[in-house]
Amino acid sequence: MKDPRIPDPLSWSVFTQGIWRDNPVFVMLLGLCPLLAVTNTAMNALAMGLATTFVLVCSGTLVSLLQRVIPKQVRIAAYIIIIATFVTIVDYAIQAISLDLHKALGAFIQLIVVNCVILGRAEAYASKNPVVNAIVNAFGMGVGFTLALLSLGIVREIIGSGSLFGIDLFGAQFQPWAVFVLPPGGFFVLAFWLFVFSLMRKRKETRAKQEEVARAA
Amino acid sequence: MQPDSLTFIFLNAFVINNFVLAMFLGLCPFLGVSGKIKTAANMGLAVVFVMLVSSSSAYGINLLLAKFNLEFLRLICYIAVIASAVQLVEMAIKKFSPALFRALGIFLPLITTNCAILGLALFQTNREYNFPQSLAFSVGAGAGFTLALVLMAGLREKLELADVPDVVTSAALALTLGGLLSLAFMGFAGLGG
Amino acid sequence: MTETAPVPTASPSSLRLIATLAGIAIMSGLLVALAAEFTREPILKNRREALEKAVFTVLPEATARKNFLLNESGLAPLGDDAISEANCYAGYNESGELVGVAIEASARGYQDVVKILYGYNPHTNCILGFTVLQSSETPGLGDRVETDPDFLANFACLEATLNEAGTDLKNQIVTVKNGTKKHPWQIDAISGATVTSTAIGTALQKSTTKLLPLIHKVEPEFAQ
Repeated sequence: MKDPRIPDPLSWSVFTQGIWRDNPVFVMLLGLCPLLAVTNTAMNALAMGLATTFVLVCSGTLVSLLQRVIPKQVRIAAYIIIIATFVTIVDYAIQAISLDLHKALGAFIQLIVVNCVILGRAEAYASKNPVVNAIVNAFGMGVGFTLALLSLGIVREIIGSGSLFGIDLFGAQFQPWAVFVLPPGGFFVLAFWLFVFSLMRKRKETRAKQEEVARAA
Repeated sequence: MQPDSLTFIFLNAFVINNFVLAMFLGLCPFLGVSGKIKTAANMGLAVVFVMLVSSSSAYGINLLLAKFNLEFLRLICYIAVIASAVQLVEMAIKKFSPALFRALGIFLPLITTNCAILGLALFQTNREYNFPQSLAFSVGAGAGFTLALVLMAGLREKLELADVPDVVTSAALALTLGGLLSLAFMGFAGLGG
Repeated sequence: MTETAPVPTASPSSLRLIATLAGIAIMSGLLVALAAEFTREPILKNRREALEKAVFTVLPEATARKNFLLNESGLAPLGDDAISEANCYAGYNESGELVGVAIEASARGYQDVVKILYGYNPHTNCILGFTVLQSSETPGLGDRVETDPDFLANFACLEATLNEAGTDLKNQIVTVKNGTKKHPWQIDAISGATVTSTAIGTALQKSTTKLLPLIHKVEPEFAQ
């Protein structure tokens, strides 16, 4: 049996794992609260994704560095303190960069601390792997999360406001479908994406099954 | 109705800006525990209790931190308090109702990472509510959370008998339901004058 | 294959647990304190700039601004940095004359509280305009109060004259149904966005009733 103390070798999949195979949103359904709340425009989605990636990478680094120092019994409490630290730092950073952005993201910046993705990664990966692996994996997860946020933000902004990243796309005669930048829209767009991915997966499965039948024949 | 009256604050958190359906807080249990009405109702009750405890503690901590100009420690302290409150509730439920404890399973300790609780503490701090207002806010938020959960559970129980195509995953379906509920709740906007 | 009995690892002492947590807590406290210090100046600068922009939007003729704290006991001038403590901002043109006073007001809108900053000229008794500081109104409907030209035309000079005794407004500011505006102290609502339009009217009415008499009492103190 593989000795769990030997960490995974650093490979490309350590990075891509978080983007497609184990995408935190579409596969693991984690981090939904900020997903629906701040994706009413693509800019907010991008900013939230970057902020979460920052917290993921920094907390992953620290957790990995301290993995031999933190006793098992208090590890969750320790991880949460570390995560909360970086979330507070990113909160101040955003305020210093752009007050408008901070107002748009609101309390959801601080709510990054309860984003299950970060705690889950710290527990499942960063605490058991060397620093470089942890950083790469956290970065991949962050990218996956940001892509998920963007996929919702872009759709919601285009349909709901007729613009993308603030740039008006369709001109004055476009009647935006306002419900998409409102709460129900968030639910519907996420449901739509999950449906699309589920469809893709089912199609792949049927094709694999057909190939198997063809080979057996 | 006055915007800072206790009734309005309660109504606002309960239906007008429902924590789950309008503010997107507490979605993990919303999707995860809403399979059966009874479990949903019990989860809601646990959340109401945790919210009350966290809200009062958050108010107290905020006063303390403001006094010593340590506001930047706010987030860390809130999280610590919430984790302790959840631990307390978990022990209480385990002692008084082991069946409920088993039914709630992993979702009980997950209340710690429930955005709704931390969101409650953060919102009440941002809006600078005093103590009675904070209490009204937490009762309203908890009641609203329970309402959304129970409604969702009722809908999903009925859906189990329906013929839904395979390709629609349960999550996509639950989210669509959530969207429809959210749409319905938008009708409460402007309530109270 | 025989499995060797697992060697029981000694459970760390409570002291070790507490010490580790305390150590981490201290480290995070330090990190956060550092970040707070480092970003304090940029954040203050951002707040100042945002408020500057708002003040100059509602007092278009002003080229300079001063912060004040206005309450029942009188007018207290505040330093340039005390922008968050001030509740009243005076705007002066190049010759140093008072062109108007910018004041915050708020009222409940459709979704949540709507906070505005409005400009008032005590010489002409006019409300010159307003800008929205904070609102979560319905996009495309309620947020049209900021852009709809007919609504903004209400503020070419929204009348806010005091009564004889100087204790209250002669005519309370009120929002009326779209198309029924007859007097200069009424606000013509946007059809389809009555709640938000009414919120603006209520905010102005509440604030003017309370503060305009005070402003007239201390008006000479605004002079540079």
